[in-house]
Amino acid sequence: MNKLQQLLAWVDDRFPLTSTWKQHLSEYYAPKNFNFWYFFGSLALLVLVLQIATGIFLTMHYKPDASLNAAGVSVAFTSVEYIMRDVEWGWLIRYLHSTGASMFFVVVYLHMYRGLIYGSYRKPRELIWIFGCFIYVALMAEAFMGYLLPWGQMSFWGAQVIINLFDAIPIIGPEVAIWIRGDFVISDATLNRFFAFHVIAVPLVLLGLVVMHLVALHEVGSNNPDGIEIKKHKDPATGIPLDGIPFHPYYTVKDILGVCVFLIVFSVILFFTPEMGGYFLEANNFVPADPFKTPAHIAPLWYFTAFYSILRAVPPMFGSQFPGVIAMGMAIVVMFLLPWLDRSPVKSLRYRGAIYKWALGLFVIAFLVLSWLGTQSVSPTKTLMAQIFSVIYFAFFILMPWYTRMDKTKPEPERVTA
Amino acid sequence: MSNNEVNRTRRNLILATAAVGGAGVAVAAWPFIASMSPSARAKGLGAPVEVDISKLESGAKLVVEWRGAPVWIISRTKEMLDLLTKHDAKLTDPKSEGSLQPDYCKNPHRSIKPEIMIAVGICTHLGCSPSDKLKPQSDAETGPDWGGGFYCPCHGSLFDLATRVYKGSPAPTNLKIPPHKYLTDTRVLIGDDGKGA
Repeated sequence: MNKLQQLLAWVDDRFPLTSTWKQHLSEYYAPKNFNFWYFFGSLALLVLVLQIATGIFLTMHYKPDASLNAAGVSVAFTSVEYIMRDVEWGWLIRYLHSTGASMFFVVVYLHMYRGLIYGSYRKPRELIWIFGCFIYVALMAEAFMGYLLPWGQMSFWGAQVIINLFDAIPIIGPEVAIWIRGDFVISDATLNRFFAFHVIAVPLVLLGLVVMHLVALHEVGSNNPDGIEIKKHKDPATGIPLDGIPFHPYYTVKDILGVCVFLIVFSVILFFTPEMGGYFLEANNFVPADPFKTPAHIAPLWYFTAFYSILRAVPPMFGSQFPGVIAMGMAIVVMFLLPWLDRSPVKSLRYRGAIYKWALGLFVIAFLVLSWLGTQSVSPTKTLMAQIFSVIYFAFFILMPWYTRMDKTKPEPERVTA
Repeated sequence: MSNNEVNRTRRNLILATAAVGGAGVAVAAWPFIASMSPSARAKGLGAPVEVDISKLESGAKLVVEWRGAPVWIISRTKEMLDLLTKHDAKLTDPKSEGSLQPDYCKNPHRSIKPEIMIAVGICTHLGCSPSDKLKPQSDAETGPDWGGGFYCPCHGSLFDLATRVYKGSPAPTNLKIPPHKYLTDTRVLIGDDGKGA
């Protein structure tokens, strides 16, 4: 044994270093037929690390303070402008963080779509899906609270609209809204607590959930585009799945390719259109927050707009806005139930019948149309469209136990296909 | 004694310990939850505001800040008041049955003095501040037959000059009226009506 091996042996006697490496990388056997859609899990991890790293450097210059400076502009807004103009490379770090937030949702939405088409949420991966849904919810909370920090017009009024959703809860609503804001209106108290949640509380939860998501995945093993279990056919001598290949080096190398392509796309957006024409950073947010002047058009960022459309699609009932809030909440809750709604004998889209393919296509269209409608101002036609597509959105989930059973499926192969 | 037999004394002691521990955690959580409520300073800033309305011209609107929210004071003309009685059928809640206002403002003009309208200028839908459409001029946002009022730019809610919401708006109720009282004929105190509001 050379010195390095001796050191490793010394560590292994005291800490499970080699065994952890083997369990999760060099002897974690993933199906050999992963395709394009399997890039987005590792990319989500990459963006998470990027957001944490850029976030740390932003907090070195950012000040969560809504009080006005000598020029009559809030300290928080000024500190963001300071990062953009005066801090060396500050513009790059800030745009990495703000563009990174949108890219996070792009990657996560594609990752979730992968789960949908290949049935990755089905038994025995229900908990992976549920942890994933919690990650999605935590991510939405993280993005929403982060958007308040620049203290621009959209920060302020977007938060106003969302916090007032709690106001709509019968009886306890107004008290809850005041408790969340820490004031009768959105103020310095709100900004400070959102900073605390955004910088430490939610990221801790997020990291914990990501660990649970991965531990659950490595316990049952990865799904694949055929939606069949590779553990059914193991090499009798070694116990290794015949269709499995070690994650490292095979998929680490594949994922590095994904990372390279992703970083090219990310850089193009970052350097040429970091605000993405108002979709990643809204023009109104370059105006300091003014509690007395509502912007002419309030829309959340693109990743929330589908749910915002569902909220707006429901008319007030019994003199309350609450039913709309319930509908919006249910649109997310219903995702958690997916593993139990799907009753198809097969998992992957490859072996499903026409009914499911139509249902999924309609669902994707509904999600995209609702997302677009949420960026638009209201009109009677658009409200009607939002109502129709909201119904399609929910029908995809609620009718799933019936149409997945009726669907004519094809037989699954015994072994994975190329 | 077999291994499967439950030691009742021990089990009860464990339950009692868990209950005391749980109560301790609940009590210890309270200061943290309460720390998120408005502080003494924030409550102090929510104190009543005194406004002089002697310079408010007829037909004009004044905005003052109370608890960080815009409070509108509108001096309505005779014509504006006349228009208010003519469109009850188009309103969601013409008699303000389901809306928030002090009892002394639960009347068709929603105010103490008929000509002076005082309301919190925050849409009851999702908290945006509606913009002025005071003159009875119809446009794309107000729709035809506009009798003057307010338009919320966020989600298109329409209100008349007594801040009553029109049917078909996303806002469920009329705008909120803050508690207030007249100290003299031209001085009004917003946030306190002497009735413990």
